[in-house]
Amino acid sequence: MKGFMNRQAPYFFIAPTLLLLTLFSIVPIVVALVISFTDMDLRGLANWDRVSFIGFENYVEVLKDPVFLKAILNTLFYVAIGVPLVILFSLTIALLINLGTSRIFKAFRVVYYLPSVTNIVAVAVVWSYLYNPALGLFNYLLNSVGLPDVPWLTEPTIAKLSLILLAIWKAIGLNMIIFIAALQGIPKTYYEAAQLDGANTWQQVTSITIPMLRFAIFFVSITTMIGWLQFFEEPFVMTEGGPLDGTLSVALFIYQNGFKFNNFGYAAAGSFVLFVCIIAVTLVQLRLQKNESDMT
Amino acid sequence: MRTTVAGKKGGARDREGNLTFQWISGILLTIGGIFFLLPFFWMVLSSFKPESEIVQIPPTFWPATFTTYNFSYLFENMNFGVYLKNTLIIVLFSFGGLMLNALAGFGFAKYDFKGRNGLFVLVLATMMIPSQVTMIPVYLILNSLGLTNTMTGIVLPGLVGAFAIFLFRQFMSTIPTELLEATRLDGASEYRIFLQIALPISKPILAVQAILTFIAGWNSFLWPLIIANDESLYTLSVGLSLLKGQYAANFGLQMAGATFMVAPVIVLFTYFQKHIIENFTISGLK
Repeated sequence: MKGFMNRQAPYFFIAPTLLLLTLFSIVPIVVALVISFTDMDLRGLANWDRVSFIGFENYVEVLKDPVFLKAILNTLFYVAIGVPLVILFSLTIALLINLGTSRIFKAFRVVYYLPSVTNIVAVAVVWSYLYNPALGLFNYLLNSVGLPDVPWLTEPTIAKLSLILLAIWKAIGLNMIIFIAALQGIPKTYYEAAQLDGANTWQQVTSITIPMLRFAIFFVSITTMIGWLQFFEEPFVMTEGGPLDGTLSVALFIYQNGFKFNNFGYAAAGSFVLFVCIIAVTLVQLRLQKNESDMT
Repeated sequence: MRTTVAGKKGGARDREGNLTFQWISGILLTIGGIFFLLPFFWMVLSSFKPESEIVQIPPTFWPATFTTYNFSYLFENMNFGVYLKNTLIIVLFSFGGLMLNALAGFGFAKYDFKGRNGLFVLVLATMMIPSQVTMIPVYLILNSLGLTNTMTGIVLPGLVGAFAIFLFRQFMSTIPTELLEATRLDGASEYRIFLQIALPISKPILAVQAILTFIAGWNSFLWPLIIANDESLYTLSVGLSLLKGQYAANFGLQMAGATFMVAPVIVLFTYFQKHIIENFTISGLK
């Protein structure tokens, strides 16, 4: 009996997590796909008889929906500006911290990592206050050096940039730590050899550090891009997608259609469009990475 | 920790150039760091200012009149006590989830069973599914189970996570199999092997995961927002976003709520930062 128990043990160990992951990650994918072809809404939730299959109608409509198209453009704007800046800043900060020799540089890791662990709602509340047109600190600081007010959250394009600024501030920490980890993995002997050849710090960075970090940069850019395609909490808490849908992201569009307007089928169709985009972006990045490593 | 590049360098000019570089990068990082911490300073300082001082122009940096009125208002006139209780319940449950993750990690790391690799790939694949896709179906599933607007419904969807399972598996693979074999020969059951051998050895990763689990539970926002209809089930972050809508102009109160949420995490993280960052470094390298 005991031998039987022992042979079954691994299944008992993994069963609870597997059950929960199946129920809340894998089954939902199938459910989402099914309801995206139905007119599921609040009435359908109460009585399944009211739900009927409508084929591709949701997909056709959502791709014609001007609000959805605007959300796609906004999301592309977030990705195009946010992702390169996150990589640039987190890499630069990681390099500066890693090249530092004094103990103080270790403290900087904590300073730059802190925004990453704090609550997004709290942070968004604080930044809304900083961005406030009349009482905010940012406009006060600008005025005190003689610059005019900036309409941080009231002009559509600037509002997008303001949300990006907040998101970059929050995203740098984690990526910086990944870069620092990768930097510490580069053998010291490479630098020593370069120094013997008379290379200065800048030459060492460009011809040893950056090439050696290629995989870390790839990893950070792919995860950051996936993350920014799902940009949600910042516009949700700070602007609710406004002004004039100027900050509405695809993820927020899905949330609003699902839980504000209760058009579950329509929102599910939108979420699959997003899912396909994420998969496509990931595949393209993987292909690029493969080509690049083939060349070298 | 002075394995410096400068120390190994020959030539006085090189050393001088490196010193200049150190100063420049130190100054740059300090300026950037001040900007990074500015929102936190402003949040804490403003939370202790009375309403009259908040609306004053030009603003004061240090509170001229120091008051804890905003904090007491949160608990006396709003339900922050209830939100705090709910948040702590979620944190407690997530520690249960952490144990499940560790158990699964151990199962995948130290046992050879049919379908192991396939199931592990399945676990990893769940990491790629965006929450926007599962959001609506999970709500529908919980609704059909009658779990919407219950604490169980709030806790269940995020209880286990593929990334934590992955980290536990990575760490537990390094436990020597002979050690487990020897304990087994002494007649210990598989559960005792997990509890008395695997868990104690995995203390470093367990500690880091515990802190990260606390932070994630403390910050949990999306599921409570979707599943809870009653204010009696709101967490701190949902309550804070409600506060932002209801008291849109009362920034002192908003900053007090934000400080109450952020300060414990900052203290906890700063205290344990060495373990978290270093463990990240180790698991990142593997």
